[in-house]
Amino acid sequence: MRGHLPPFFANAAGLLPLQPLEVMARHLMTNAMAARPSFAARLGEYCGRTFAVDPVDCPFVFVLMPQDGGTHLSVVREAEHFDARIAAPLVVLLGMVDGTYDGDALFFSRDLSIEGDTEAVLALRNAIENADLDLSTVLGFPQGIQGPVNRAARQVFMRVRRLLDAPEDSGPNGVANGVGLS
Amino acid sequence: MTQRLSLTLGSVLFNWPVKQWVDFYARIADEAPVDRVCLGEVVCSKRKPFVDDVTLEVVDRLERGGKEVVYSTLALPTGKREIRDIGDMIQAGYQIEANDIATVHLLNGKAHSVGPFINIYNEDTLALHLKLGATRICLPPELPLESIRTMAQGNAAVEVFAFGRPPLALSARCYSARAKGTAKDACQFVCDRDRDGMNVETLDGVPFLAVNGTQTLGFVVTAVVRHVEALRDAGVVSLRLSPQTCDMVRVARIFRDLADGSTTPQEASESLSVLHLPGPLSDGFLRGVPGCSVTEVD
Amino acid sequence: MTTPLELVCPAGTPAGLRTAVDAGAHSVYCGFRDETNARNFPGLNFDRAEMREAAAYAHAHDAKIAIALNTFMRAGATDLWKRGVDDAVAAGADALIMADVGLVDYARKAHPKQRLHLSVQAAAATPEAIAFYRDHFGIARVVLPRVLTVEEVSRLTAHAAPCETEVFVFGGLCVMAEGRCMLSSYATGKSPNMTGVCSPPSHVTYREDRDALVACVGGFTIERFERGEPAGYPTLCKGRFLADGAMSHLFEDPVSLNAVALLPRLAEIGVTAFKIEGRQRGRAYISSVVRAFRKAIDAMAAGKKFDIDELRGLTEGQRDTVGAYKKTWR
Repeated sequence: MRGHLPPFFANAAGLLPLQPLEVMARHLMTNAMAARPSFAARLGEYCGRTFAVDPVDCPFVFVLMPQDGGTHLSVVREAEHFDARIAAPLVVLLGMVDGTYDGDALFFSRDLSIEGDTEAVLALRNAIENADLDLSTVLGFPQGIQGPVNRAARQVFMRVRRLLDAPEDSGPNGVANGVGLS
Repeated sequence: MTQRLSLTLGSVLFNWPVKQWVDFYARIADEAPVDRVCLGEVVCSKRKPFVDDVTLEVVDRLERGGKEVVYSTLALPTGKREIRDIGDMIQAGYQIEANDIATVHLLNGKAHSVGPFINIYNEDTLALHLKLGATRICLPPELPLESIRTMAQGNAAVEVFAFGRPPLALSARCYSARAKGTAKDACQFVCDRDRDGMNVETLDGVPFLAVNGTQTLGFVVTAVVRHVEALRDAGVVSLRLSPQTCDMVRVARIFRDLADGSTTPQEASESLSVLHLPGPLSDGFLRGVPGCSVTEVD
Repeated sequence: MTTPLELVCPAGTPAGLRTAVDAGAHSVYCGFRDETNARNFPGLNFDRAEMREAAAYAHAHDAKIAIALNTFMRAGATDLWKRGVDDAVAAGADALIMADVGLVDYARKAHPKQRLHLSVQAAAATPEAIAFYRDHFGIARVVLPRVLTVEEVSRLTAHAAPCETEVFVFGGLCVMAEGRCMLSSYATGKSPNMTGVCSPPSHVTYREDRDALVACVGGFTIERFERGEPAGYPTLCKGRFLADGAMSHLFEDPVSLNAVALLPRLAEIGVTAFKIEGRQRGRAYISSVVRAFRKAIDAMAAGKKFDIDELRGLTEGQRDTVGAYKKTWR
């Protein structure tokens, strides 16, 4: 499958406890929210909805509940209750966050699937689009080193995506390359 | 005392054989209690030559029947010839119903009617059209009663789409031809096979739309039966009945009786339901819900 | 060529606007976060402060900003639209894009010097329709409907002067005359004209059925994408239907417009501006489409050849078409 992590990685990750992952993910989320205070306003009435973000090649699911004061995040094996679910390989999901991919194009090429409240998914996607996040913002790095870090990160991500045969990018960083219809 | 509601018969939107078309208007002239009759090809200019030859005869018959005759123009003119034809009808002194802003421009302030294909969604735009010479304005079928209330007060000009499959869209492309695997230029007038429009179903086989050449209509049949009183109270002066193949004389009588208060909405609904209608009765647009919603039975 | 060609690009969010400007847009178009514009989707569009900042950003980078107020005013609530016009002017809009003649009239009277464009939602498809808006309201540019052939565009452009013409060259394609389509209203109660949405996401559901993705709008099943088959927007006019005993994309296939090959011809006949559809799209789309088209326009201006193959993946159903520009489309 395009962009999937190799099975051994998934298997290995499946053996790890989820808690450290959850702590790390929450930390990154807090950084991102601090840097983009208008995120909740853009989500508008969709604040408070539960989103299952499912990296289909990993044995866990992120469950997000954006709220005015900050977003609640948990990592679970299986999301049972959600208003909306967004599923794609991990690198593809990350590529949507940093603007490498266009969500609509991923949907057209079937690299991404959605379920549940379509409007909520759209609101979340648009809010993420406008957040214009990059790696150093998420990691909470100081302004001075953001440029070089982001450039280096883009290079690395691009290699990883190629290695995994993910949809191609040429975007803001990029653009999804379709499977093409002959 | 509120004003008497008048009835307007809209143009036949479908491609009926000439004989059926002539007979239809003859019967309307003699029997239907309608005040105004619109005629003229609204959907596709390719059909126009068929009825051109008999139009004068039909106009004469209708006028002898005491009807006010209005010439309804093409809703999506694009070609030079189509515009020239509209100009000719204006020159000829016909009372014109404009269905496109180009026609309003050609009318140049002359008194005219506006059909349901011009976007008039609010009181400001309505006032502007009155200033441009409109004396009668049929509102777009998707407008809810709430909007109509705001727009119809005090101008004695507003008409509402009251019966018939609701016109939903126009295109440069012909879907009747496309469904038969041809293009518009080589259509062979296949749209004449479906005299109430070609039914279009969803993938589950649920009836959804109807196609009439370049026009798309709803599968349902608009019938504002239960709202006639509210419409009159709102200041609406005319109800528009859009021809289908069912007994339109009967339809006109039912609406006349409703408008005069000599029948109840329930009786009227029952009388309409037994006619050969192409779809179920609907008042969704007027209620501000999806236009496909069928009328709820009390 | 007298006037330089203008590349008009979509911006659904402030970040999208910056992306479009950075990628080489000569002008961007966007709207307020309410039903005054025809892309009234959740999470999209600009509040008043964002609009002012957006205008400042565009101007600082030598780009223009056009603000779309291209829905039809709701009866009894026309103030919302008029306030939008006033605020757009105050934000520094270079042009307002409108479709409702009542609103155009207001804008002309309240802001006599403001440049006004006629939205594609007004579907002005004849010299007479254009003359109406030009002569009554001083419309400076008309965005032409997407249902015209190149020959018709040529004739309209010649007749419209001094009013300029703008045409769509890439993105979603309406097969119906714009601003005169009530399919969405019919199926969902929400319409482009009144609510600023078409086949709105609030009324769209997806379900998996034996490996296929099934899309419903307003409860009507309109599309089924088999496994591996490219998907498209769940737009009513792009759905698959049963008619006359056969199942087909009766109105239009899930394709997107790509008129890049027609750019030289469109420029030759005097079209002023080329418009890219897609305020609902992400930055990745905006950046690559804008960059590619800007490259083509610059190449044309320099008298060089160009070639764009890189845009296929971004098109709906991953197929593109020159659409109505060719008469056989009809």
